[in-house]
Amino acid sequence: MFKSKPKPSRAVLALYEDPDQLLRAAAMAREHGFEGMDAFTPYAVHGLSEAMGIKKSWVPMVTLVMGLGGAVLGLAFQIWTSAFDWPIIVGGKPMISIPAFIPVTFECGVLLGGTMTLAALLFACRLPNLKAPILDRNLTNDRFGLYVPEYGPDWNEARVVKLLQGTGALEVRVIRV
Amino acid sequence: MSDRAIAVAAEETPLIDPRKSFADVNDDVAAPLERKPGLLWKVAFGIALLLTLQFMAEIAYQMYKGIGIWGVNHPVGWAVDITSFVFWIGIGHAGTLISAILHLFRQRWRTAINRSAEAMTIFAVMTAGLFPLIHLGRTWFAYWLVPYPNWRFLWVNFRSPLVWDVFAVSTYFTISLCFWYTGLIPDFASLRDRSDGWRRAIYGALSLGWRGSERNWQHYERAYMMLAGLSTPLVLSVHSVVSFDFATSILPGWHTTIFPPYFVAGAIFSGFAMVVTLLVILRKVFKMEDYITLQHLENMNKIILVTGMMVGYAYATEFFVAMYSGNPFERFVFLNRAGGPFAWAYWIMVGCNVVSPQIFWFKRFRRSLLVMFIVSLLVNVGMWFERFTIIVTSLHRDFLPTNWSYYKPTIFDFSVIVGSFGFFFMWFLLFCRFFPAISLAEVKGVLWSAKKAAAPVPAPASAKEKTHV
Repeated sequence: MFKSKPKPSRAVLALYEDPDQLLRAAAMAREHGFEGMDAFTPYAVHGLSEAMGIKKSWVPMVTLVMGLGGAVLGLAFQIWTSAFDWPIIVGGKPMISIPAFIPVTFECGVLLGGTMTLAALLFACRLPNLKAPILDRNLTNDRFGLYVPEYGPDWNEARVVKLLQGTGALEVRVIRV
Repeated sequence: MSDRAIAVAAEETPLIDPRKSFADVNDDVAAPLERKPGLLWKVAFGIALLLTLQFMAEIAYQMYKGIGIWGVNHPVGWAVDITSFVFWIGIGHAGTLISAILHLFRQRWRTAINRSAEAMTIFAVMTAGLFPLIHLGRTWFAYWLVPYPNWRFLWVNFRSPLVWDVFAVSTYFTISLCFWYTGLIPDFASLRDRSDGWRRAIYGALSLGWRGSERNWQHYERAYMMLAGLSTPLVLSVHSVVSFDFATSILPGWHTTIFPPYFVAGAIFSGFAMVVTLLVILRKVFKMEDYITLQHLENMNKIILVTGMMVGYAYATEFFVAMYSGNPFERFVFLNRAGGPFAWAYWIMVGCNVVSPQIFWFKRFRRSLLVMFIVSLLVNVGMWFERFTIIVTSLHRDFLPTNWSYYKPTIFDFSVIVGSFGFFFMWFLLFCRFFPAISLAEVKGVLWSAKKAAAPVPAPASAKEKTHV
């Protein structure tokens, strides 16, 4: 999750009760160039990714590739079983009766595309990860947290704390991670 | 942000009281999970469990004795089993429609009801899935439906709609489950963070360690959108494929091209009715009136009205085409439906599905809990009889009069029908007790929009200037 190396050992967490304050604070923190920043919110706050400059998710690519791949595999399997491995004429239809194969082809595409989307989501989020520390129990309830980890030799904890305190945060705390 | 505000402003009444806080949402939705079950829940669960047990006993006896214990006979080889299969699959459609299609169309009123509707889908498809299995007669050979390398060197016949059905229904169940679980992950995390001990361990495991990181939300939102995009054509395909079971046969009354759209409309119709039935009870028993508002229910009732008329239109088209086709067999089947020995089933269907929803033209009745509860029950009865009419009346008098017969259900048929309801409600009641019945994360998003719409004043003290120290 954190690009900076070595792994940070300290971080500053600012808690807000208003998602708009978090949005502004995130945009401000981004201007200051804090690396490895993250936010913790009870619901997906609209525009937060843009404010923090997080890249767009690559998960839809998985859906596309796996969906098409599933459909191709499904169709190939039907053709192989019906026309090559054990060719039987059914209902006077051609061996490779494409129209009759469409429903299963479609279902195979959706099945692989959908299950792999969930798998990709879990992989992208590094889940399951039951050991991840819970920074604050209210972050899944009614608090919105901005998380700035230690990012290198020029890390100035006092400055970060001061900056975040000025953004309308209810509380700014330094945590060990 | 502005599109949210517009969406909220356009609603006749706010979807949620803007005075509620985020914490209120958690408290209200988690409350039923954290207190001891009430007497009402225990009684309902007890009944559902008993019905399920007798269902299992019936299945065991039927596997031992054979499907002859049902009323099925020579021309009527499909009856209550397939009727119930199509009925329950249809019920399942509303969940995916609400969660996927309304999500893509940005209908934000779906947020309060999508969780329970999706749960309903899962349980309805589970119930439906039992029927093809028990109707096989030799249930222990069910795995023959799946193409796997075997010592008979045979594959399944991929040109058969019955095999399409296997793929469609199992895909539908799997994807619905993925979609439902994806939606539940953040809410399990919310429950984890407000509980201790074994509850914390269980909800923590179910949440997979979700922490609401924005880097995760970014993937989550896109993945959710992708699943919605996949589910949308999927839900339309499933009932189309179910209708192919009939439409690709040559039996008059089944062999029609109108079936796929007609079945899909009927499925949405019956599914929405079942959602209304469940929500009216759920909001009352679990005191969710602030979240599942009359506005939500009214929207649902509008969809019931529309799809009810689509179904009515399909009945009329079917009848007209049969008359117009000049085909004496087609014509006979439809006259036999409306005036033959099963006319009672046909008119129950028309009365419940076409006539009863018309009351929803009036706003007063769309917003009356009693009226919508009764209509939703009637629609469910009507939709069960629709499938019964299609299946049994087409079969019982086919081309040769020497083949003709009547179908009479036995006590085991009734046992299957009530048993399937017991099985479905057993799961649903368990869901209401242990899972958040309303999507916390999504409702909070709507709540924030509602708050802003209620007080469009910018938040205090522009923080930006202050912080450039």
